[in-house]
Amino acid sequence: MQDVTDTGRQETAAPAIELRGISKAFGPVQANKDISISVARGAIHGIVGENGAGKSTLMSILYGFYKADAGEIYIGGQKTPIPDSQAAIRAGIGMVHQHFKLVENFTVLENVVLGAEDGARLRPSLAKARKLLTELAREYELNVDPDALIENLSVGHQQRVEILKALYRQADILILDEPTGVLTPAEADHLFRILRNLRNEGKTIILITHKLREIMNVTDTVSVMRRGEMKGTIRTKDTSPEDLAERMVGRKVLLRVDKTPCKPAAKVLEVENLQVTDEKGVERLRGISLEVRAGEILGIAGVSGNGQSELLEVLGGFQTASGSIRLNGQEIDLTGRHSDGQSRRESGIAHVPEDRQSEGLIMDFTAWENIAFGYHNDQKYNKNSLLMDNAAIRTDTEAKMERFDVRPPNPWLQAKNFSGGNQQKIVLAREIERNPDLLLVGQPTRGVDIGAIEFIHQQIVALRDQGKAILLVSVELEEILSLSDRIAVMFDGQIMGERLPDDTDEKELGLLMAGMNGKAA
Amino acid sequence: MQKLPKWADVVLIPVINLLLAFLISGLVILAIGKDPVVAIKTMVQGSFGDTRAWGYTLYYATNFMFTGLAVAVAFHARMFNIGGEGQATLGGLGVALVALSIDWPHWALALPAAMIGGAVFGAAWAFIPAYLQAKRGSHVVITTIMFNYISASLLGYLLVNVLKEKGNMAAETPSFPPGASLPTFSEMLEPLGIAFNKNAPANVSFLIAVLACYLVWVLIWRTRLGFAIRAYGHSETAARYAGISPTKIIIVSMLISGALAGLMAINNVMGESERLILNSVEGAGFIGIAVALMGRSHPLGVFLASLLFGFLYQGGAELALWESIPRELVVVIQALVILFTGALDNMVRAPVEKLFLSFRRRAA
Repeated sequence: MQDVTDTGRQETAAPAIELRGISKAFGPVQANKDISISVARGAIHGIVGENGAGKSTLMSILYGFYKADAGEIYIGGQKTPIPDSQAAIRAGIGMVHQHFKLVENFTVLENVVLGAEDGARLRPSLAKARKLLTELAREYELNVDPDALIENLSVGHQQRVEILKALYRQADILILDEPTGVLTPAEADHLFRILRNLRNEGKTIILITHKLREIMNVTDTVSVMRRGEMKGTIRTKDTSPEDLAERMVGRKVLLRVDKTPCKPAAKVLEVENLQVTDEKGVERLRGISLEVRAGEILGIAGVSGNGQSELLEVLGGFQTASGSIRLNGQEIDLTGRHSDGQSRRESGIAHVPEDRQSEGLIMDFTAWENIAFGYHNDQKYNKNSLLMDNAAIRTDTEAKMERFDVRPPNPWLQAKNFSGGNQQKIVLAREIERNPDLLLVGQPTRGVDIGAIEFIHQQIVALRDQGKAILLVSVELEEILSLSDRIAVMFDGQIMGERLPDDTDEKELGLLMAGMNGKAA
Repeated sequence: MQKLPKWADVVLIPVINLLLAFLISGLVILAIGKDPVVAIKTMVQGSFGDTRAWGYTLYYATNFMFTGLAVAVAFHARMFNIGGEGQATLGGLGVALVALSIDWPHWALALPAAMIGGAVFGAAWAFIPAYLQAKRGSHVVITTIMFNYISASLLGYLLVNVLKEKGNMAAETPSFPPGASLPTFSEMLEPLGIAFNKNAPANVSFLIAVLACYLVWVLIWRTRLGFAIRAYGHSETAARYAGISPTKIIIVSMLISGALAGLMAINNVMGESERLILNSVEGAGFIGIAVALMGRSHPLGVFLASLLFGFLYQGGAELALWESIPRELVVVIQALVILFTGALDNMVRAPVEKLFLSFRRRAA
């Protein structure tokens, strides 16, 4: 048996879930090593760990997606094999995935019932679901219009539908995988209220997240995983974010960025009345105006999908727009005729895109090919007008890998074989070392482990201190608050307002992100 | 990091696949009451036994190299050009027009001109589907296969109504002037004192095909264009981020692909039949797909796969000739090879990977 004091078990009853000695290997990679945890009934239990620590694998085993190589699962004290997700549902486990699994053009009711119909006729099931939904809405603040189409719902509401789906299947144990990634702070708070209500009704909740603040905020107990191993379970009230971070990484980590006050100089980027309409005729940018000066970081906050991606795409040259952009006073073409990623790079804009796996890197290319990617027409990477100088690129790559501490420092390794943090370092090395006038950075630390976050933030601040202009887009408010010299909040393709980081807080920014003008802008 | 060492990936797995294909072929031959050992002997003898056999095998291999390279280049840009048949047909037209245009004084002048003719016509035939894909999103798989049919009809019309000599019963152009006749292996090797069968169709085009393999390798892995083609082939969004124009890559890679397919005509039209006939491509455009798949779109792989298919083609013909094994069965054998090397690759790959892992774990 495990030592009981360490598991944070408070009740004498059998724990809701107990995992004993779970191991799972994928080829040579040991994703889970002899993991044992026990979660008390009626608790909110957090699981934290860096990317690749094995959190998702563990939860996939619990939900029957993977079969463990060794170990046992006990549900409510009963040994319960879970060979597939049907078995997990029968055992009372419900899962809310990071990417929702809903049918867009079905109503809420239809989605809830889908796959759990009582018989061939749909009507009785729907009626039953409608009744249950009304009850749940009252009990847990889980209110959603049962007849609304999913595609018309906000992300927060869609998430509630996922929770309702699990509850309709009589889940007692709810697993949520990174649930707040797509929510505004207000929506996240609402979610936490729902979770607390569910807990008070005796449900058990497992929360997987990398946001330490949420762990501190909402969980009763927390388990830390590192490199496939369980590094202990603690009561949340006995720990702190710094302590958790240290346990996750295995060394002391600086959570806050150290930086000197900014000294803004000349205007580098001036954007006026930028408008983008996508193929479906939806207005994505509705008159964006902003400026970034040399030596400052302008942070763009906002819930993802409010036009930040389009803004970066226009600035990066792969989206056409109307309006005007000036770089160092020079007008930049936005019509697509003389406007592509290539011409932007030549004019002094470097771009660390939001999605490094589908934009910033070619995952099947080697590291050295990726270092040349986007700059492959550059003179120093070419022997003559016809042939590339691969040897020169590799030498350059080795130097860049060393300066940016990319591990392993092997130029021949394919991008997909690096960890998220090291992939991001490759992109940063490529873009920062161009010495650009303006650096566009999208979600610099998404899916990046804590140790690398520290390094990446330092690099961005260092570039600012060299007097470069930086436009930072991030959905992580903490990151925006700690890195930016000025913050602009985007909502529905517009800028809701600008704030200075010292004069504002998450609450006010959260209101702006939800489209409400707190103070007069 | 990598699951398999490179040599296993490139050599071991294709060889296992081939052996499996031959094993099943043997069973099929057994099933129709023939002796598989005699059959394989006949095939090997007929395709590698003497210089005549080699001459045919290499002649077919030359065709497949061109069409295989054509498919491979397009494949690097993630375009599935299955119009090699039509592009090679039009290439034949280009080669014939050039060859018939003047009374060529020497083949060394006629060949480069004919290459240009074949390449330009092949590329032009690929341009229309490429343009439609790039600008209108019409899928090249659909359009190129339609263009195969159009090319066959077009050629039939031109041969019957325009290019045919008066009084000739067959739908074919007049014979090319003697100055446009390419040296065969026998003529090329004679000065070196090597005797080669005089009737075998292998000719100087084989060397051009090998050179083309090398040049395609340079293009794909050593030039900026190749870099851009591969980048686009792996990820369109990333290519757009990098400022690589999808339109340009689609059109340029298809033009190169069509030109390579068109170049095949210097072998079959100019080197062998020395006039343009109906259906001169004989399915080589489709074999090119199998060759590129088996060769994993790498020029060296295409070269080796072409030799294999040259062997299957020539050996198969011998089999039909001497062993009264129906021609259809030869097609079955070819199909089995394509099935095992192309479609069923993973069937062998998974166990081999497991085997390697267990070895490695034991070693560790």
